[in-house]
Amino acid sequence: MSAPKVAERPRPKMKEEPHPMESLLRMERIPHIWCPTCGIGTTVTAFATALEKLDWDLDKVCIVSGIGCTGRVAGYMRLDSFHTTHGRPIAFATGVKLGNPELKVVVFSGDGDLIAIGGNHFIHAARRNMDLTVICVNNFIYAMTGGQVAPTTPPTGYATTSPYGNFEKPFNIPHLAESCGAVYVARWTALHVRRLTNSIMEALQKPGFSVVEVITPCANYWGRINRLGTGLDLMRFYHENSIIKHGEDTRNLDIEFKKPIVVGKFIDRERPTFLQAYNQRLSEILGDKFKPYGGKA
Amino acid sequence: MIEIRFAGYGGQGIIRSGIIIGKAASLYDDKFATMNQSFGPEARGGACSAQVIVSDDRVLYPYVTVPNVMVAMSQEGYSKYEPELGDEGLLLIDEDLVRPKPLRGNIKLYSVPATRFAEELGNRIIANVVMLGFFTAISEVVTVEAMKKAIPTLVPSRFVELNLKAFDKGYEYGLELRGKEKRGKAGTAGRC
Amino acid sequence: MKADPKGVLTGSHFLDGDHACAEGALAAGCRFFGGYPITPSTEVAERFSQRCPLVEAIFIQMEDELGSLAAVIGAAWTGRKAMTVTSGPGFSLMMEHIGLAAMLETPLVLANVQRGGPSTGLPTLTGQADMMQARWGSHGDYEIIAVSPNSPQETFDFTIKAFNLSERYRVPVLVMLDECVGHMTEKVVIPPADEIEIEPRRYYKGPKDKYLPFKPDKDLVPPMVDAGSGTRFHVTGLTHDYRGYPVMSADCQEELVRRLVNKIRKNADHIVEYEEEQTDGADVVVISYGITSRVALRAVDLARQEGIKVGILRLIVVWPFPEKRIRELAGKVKAFVMPEINYGQMVLEVDRCACGRAEVALVPHGGGWVHDPEDILHTIRQAAKGKGVGKGVIEYPRKKRG
Repeated sequence: MSAPKVAERPRPKMKEEPHPMESLLRMERIPHIWCPTCGIGTTVTAFATALEKLDWDLDKVCIVSGIGCTGRVAGYMRLDSFHTTHGRPIAFATGVKLGNPELKVVVFSGDGDLIAIGGNHFIHAARRNMDLTVICVNNFIYAMTGGQVAPTTPPTGYATTSPYGNFEKPFNIPHLAESCGAVYVARWTALHVRRLTNSIMEALQKPGFSVVEVITPCANYWGRINRLGTGLDLMRFYHENSIIKHGEDTRNLDIEFKKPIVVGKFIDRERPTFLQAYNQRLSEILGDKFKPYGGKA
Repeated sequence: MIEIRFAGYGGQGIIRSGIIIGKAASLYDDKFATMNQSFGPEARGGACSAQVIVSDDRVLYPYVTVPNVMVAMSQEGYSKYEPELGDEGLLLIDEDLVRPKPLRGNIKLYSVPATRFAEELGNRIIANVVMLGFFTAISEVVTVEAMKKAIPTLVPSRFVELNLKAFDKGYEYGLELRGKEKRGKAGTAGRC
Repeated sequence: MKADPKGVLTGSHFLDGDHACAEGALAAGCRFFGGYPITPSTEVAERFSQRCPLVEAIFIQMEDELGSLAAVIGAAWTGRKAMTVTSGPGFSLMMEHIGLAAMLETPLVLANVQRGGPSTGLPTLTGQADMMQARWGSHGDYEIIAVSPNSPQETFDFTIKAFNLSERYRVPVLVMLDECVGHMTEKVVIPPADEIEIEPRRYYKGPKDKYLPFKPDKDLVPPMVDAGSGTRFHVTGLTHDYRGYPVMSADCQEELVRRLVNKIRKNADHIVEYEEEQTDGADVVVISYGITSRVALRAVDLARQEGIKVGILRLIVVWPFPEKRIRELAGKVKAFVMPEINYGQMVLEVDRCACGRAEVALVPHGGGWVHDPEDILHTIRQAAKGKGVGKGVIEYPRKKRG
C-alpha cells in the first residue's frame, strides 16, 4: 500500500504576503550576507520575536554591533542601529545608554568581537552593571575573515591560524560574565529557538548587565575546517549533545571539542545598575544639590 | 615683571601658596600673573616648587628664569633652587628649616620662624600662610588687601579665620623687620 | 543660541588650562564626559567628575581610551554634547574612533594635552609633537578641525569654539593644548551665559520615515537626529550611502569620502582663523601656535628692538591650515620662521604653501620645555637675510651660549 498522498496546500502568493517580521527588519537590505545554515539568522529571529512579544515602543530600542558576521545584525534590524568598530560596541553602547537612559540598548555581536578584542569593555561593563543586554553569538571561530582561531575555540579544534590545532584554553563566557558581575547569564544553541527567545526576553527585561550566549553553527568555516559536516550535522550535534542544566555552576561550563554542551539559564540575580548606584551615592553625598540622573538631556 | 619661586616639600602648601599669590595679583590687584608648579615624582613628598610671575603686562614666557624673589621652606628646596636666584634677589626662608649658605651678590636674606609661629597658632599646616604674610610685607609684589581677598577663596571655610590670623602674624613680623631695617640697619637686616 | 546658564560658572577665576577646558566644555553645553586619566590631562577629567553631577551631566571613567571615545560617540548620538580628553599614548589609542567619528559625522570634542613623546616620553612635560597625528592619525582619508590655545583663558574660549565648530560641520574637533598651557594657572574670565554664543545641533525636521542620515545639505553637512527619536536610522563605519547602508563600491567611496573631505575644505574660509600683526612690509613672519606663540612674541619684541621688520601670524585654528594666507604672504616676505616643540611638523605645511618663494626656517625643540626666546631671535636674525629661499625647510645652528 502506498503512502497516502498529502494534499497540496495552497501556496501563498509571495509578492503579496509580507514577511512576518517586516516591521522589525530592514527588508530593503534582505537578502543578508550570512551563509546558508549559519545560526546568526536564527538568533536574529529569536531576538525579533522577543521584541515582538514584549510589545515595547521600538523607537526606544537601540542596537549596537561591532565587527564580524554577527556585527552585521545591527544593519538588518529596523531599530536605531549602530555598526561600530571591532571590539567596541559595549563601550559605544555605554555612551548611548548614559546619553539617554530612557533607551533600551542591546549589544549584538560575536565572540571574537566581544570577548577577544572587546574583552576589556565586556568585563568592565559587567563590573559596573551597565544596563545593557549583550547577545553574544559564539561560533568558535572568526568566520567573516575566513576561519581564524578565537578565544572561544575549543582546544584541538583547527582554524586557519591554528593549523596544528588549538592549544590555548578558551574563555567560558558564562563564567567570565558571572565573575565580572553580570546579573543575568544564559547559554543556548541555535537549536533551542524557543528557550533562546525566552532568555532574550528575560535578559531584555532585566535591569543591569545581561548576557545571552548563543552557540551557533558555522558550517562554512568551523564545520568545514574541522570536518564536522554540514550545518544540519552541526544542528544534529546540538540536538544530541546539549544538556540543559539551569542554575549550573558556571565553572562547569567549559566547552570541549566534540563534547556535550551545557546550556540553560545560570545566573539571575539582583545588583544595582551603574545609574542606580550613581544616583544613590550622589544623592547621599550631595543632597539637594544633586538631581538624580535619568531623563533625556 | 617679578619672578617668584616658592620651594619646600610636598605637604607644606607650596603650590597653594603660588595659587594664592597668583590669584591675589591677577584677580584683586588687576595685574597679570602666571603660576606654574613642578609636576612629577618629585612632587610627592620630596622637593616641591611653585613659580609665579607677576607683571603689569601680559606674561609671555611662562616660566621663571631668574627669580627676583625666592621663598625657601625646606633645605632641599633651598639647595635646589637657590642658585637660580638673581644677584639682586630677595631670599625669604623659614629660619628653623633652612640653613643658608653665605650670601652672594646683593641678595638680601629675610628670615621668619614660619613653622614655629604656625605651631603657636595651633597648626603647623598654616606655616605657608605665615610665610605668605611675611612675603607680602617684604616683597610688596602683591597688596595685603588682595592677599586677604584671595586667601578665604582658597582655604577650607572652617579654617579661614585661622589662616587670616596666620597671614597677619607673618605680615606683622615682616613689617617689624622692615621697620628695624629702616631705623639705621639698612641692607644688613637679613645678613646673618 | 545662548549658553545654558546651568553649566556656566560666570565670574573671574584663577584656573589652570585643564580646568578651564572643562569649564569651557560645560559652558558650551557639554553634558557627557567619558575619559581615561592620563598625565597631563587628568585634571580635566577630575574637574568633570566633580562638576557633572551638579549640572545634570554625566561623567564616566572608562576602562581605556578606546572605550572613552567610543562612549563619547555613542552619547553624542543621543543628542548630548560630549567630549573626552587625553594625552600622548591615549591619543594614539583614540585614533581608531577619530576615524569612526569622522565617518559617522559625529559632533564631539577631544582635547589633547600634549606631552613629550614618542611612546611614554615625558608624561609631565610639554610637547607639540602630535600636530600631524591630529591631522592624519586615523587611517583613511578625512578632514578634521583642530584649535590650539595658548593660555587658560583661550582654552576656555577655544573649547567653546570647538563645540560650536563640531556641531556646525558634524565633525570631531580637537583642542590641541599642551602640558604647559594645561598646567599653567592664570586668570580666566567666564562671561554670563547670555554672552556665550552656542551653535545648536543641525536637526532633521522632515517626516520620520524619510530621514536619510547622510544626505547632505547644500554646505555638504547632513542634518542629524537623536537615537530614540523614531527615525530608526542606521549608521556604520563601512562606506555607506545616504541611508547609512554599506555599499562596497568605488563610486560610493568617491561620493562619501570626497564629501567628508570637501565639507571642511570647501568651508575652510569660514573655519580658518588666525591672528596677524605687522605682517605688512615685514621681512620675516613668525608663524606659531599654542604655547610657542607666547614665547615667540618675546623673541619678536627683541627682534623689533634690533630694527628687524618682523610680523606675526598666530594660528588659532591649526587644521584646516590657512593655506591661502600663507601663499599670499610668501610672495611678500623674505622668510617664515616657525618655532614649534617638535622637529618639524606644521612647518611642512608652511613650506608647502611657501612654494619656494620665501625661506622657511624651523626653530625646533624636542619637548620637555618651551623655547628659549633667544633661539627664536637668533633664527629671526638669520632669516631676515632671506638666503634660504627655495631650500625647503632649513634650520640654523643654535647660537653658542657663553
